Amino acid sequence: MKHCLVVDDSSVIRKVARRILEDLDFSISEAEDGKQALEACRTSMPDAILLDWNMPVMDGLEFLTTLRHESGGDKPVVVFCTTENDVAHITRAIRAGANEYIMKPFDKEIVEAKFQEVGLI
Amino acid sequence: MTPSEYEFLKRFLKTQSGLVLSDEKQYLVESRLLPVARKAGLASLSDLIAAIQRPASNALQVSVVEAMTTNESFFFRDKTPFDNFRDTMLPELLKSRASRRRIKIWCAAASTGQEPYSLAMCLKEAGSKVAGWSFDILGTDLSSEVLDKAKAGIYSQFEVQRGLPIQMLLKYFTQKGELWQINPDMRAMVKWRKFNLLESFATIGEHDIVYCRNVLIYFDQATKIDILQKIAKLMPSDGYLVLGAAETVVGLTDAFQPVAGVRGLYQPKQSLARPMAPVTAPRFAAIGGGLAGR
Repeated sequence: MKHCLVVDDSSVIRKVARRILEDLDFSISEAEDGKQALEACRTSMPDAILLDWNMPVMDGLEFLTTLRHESGGDKPVVVFCTTENDVAHITRAIRAGANEYIMKPFDKEIVEAKFQEVGLI
Repeated sequence: MTPSEYEFLKRFLKTQSGLVLSDEKQYLVESRLLPVARKAGLASLSDLIAAIQRPASNALQVSVVEAMTTNESFFFRDKTPFDNFRDTMLPELLKSRASRRRIKIWCAAASTGQEPYSLAMCLKEAGSKVAGWSFDILGTDLSSEVLDKAKAGIYSQFEVQRGLPIQMLLKYFTQKGELWQINPDMRAMVKWRKFNLLESFATIGEHDIVYCRNVLIYFDQATKIDILQKIAKLMPSDGYLVLGAAETVVGLTDAFQPVAGVRGLYQPKQSLARPMAPVTAPRFAAIGGGLAGR
């Protein structure tokens, strides 16, 4: 079973994402911000990370940039999942090392399609 | 809607579009046709069904047929048909058409355009391999409403996230507020035409590749056979037919045979197929990027 870390400051979004990903046969852990996510990754690197952008303490972009410079941090497939839906944001995320990008709102079909796209399913 | 009204609608759709409505599709009829009734200022489905039986109700009849035959469509839907295009069909045809340097593709149920545009993106991604080649992509559909949407190439945020990799979205689309429009050079690669698969295929002409996915399911056995045979006739002996994931020619016609080891892909049976038409001068000149302009 592949493991996915869901990073979002909204507990509702985390719950929705968890339900969708568990249906797709992932085991899930959660983090409320980038700092928590980074700590989780340092303990055990997940296969996939579903990542919000705007979060307190450390945002998604800073987390991703830091992660990609850490040892083993190139391994997880990172899918941004954010309300930021303009070309400038998407481009920055991809440059920082995101593998895919979901614009909120999302549904099961979108998550499934995007995870398929990056070879997680 | 009474049983006799439903019966009438079934007959009407069968003769007008070939669509075979099974008995348990009342919910589908309601969800598709209530908006049509409302738009026409009619109170119920019964009123709508009465209205399309009156003389001079042609416009309303067309709206009913269109609403019932529209499908949801995804970019790179099912993925395999596009992998097959890139890995099997395109390499083979690039070899066999080397002197002609022109490949014609017909999307026979193009709906809102995702399939032809996905093929156009595949061709762009092929880059230098197709430099100097001309490609004709024809997208047809029964519904002029979906073709208008296809032509405009404007999709919602939901639509561009199903099946379309983010890199391709950035590369081939332009954001317009909450919507995304496929770029003009991509739109120029596809020609659109309203066409009913029940008609004669004489006006369609020869095509090397025919995508006919998820549309045969709406027709009865005899109509399916007829359509498959008409497709075989407009295809050279080394052409390709692409059907939907749940569709097959097996048990319907011997005009096609499955391509060994490639799911969902068919070629005309050699003994029945006719040879490729003689080389004629291309109608569209090849341009630098390798893709035909129009």
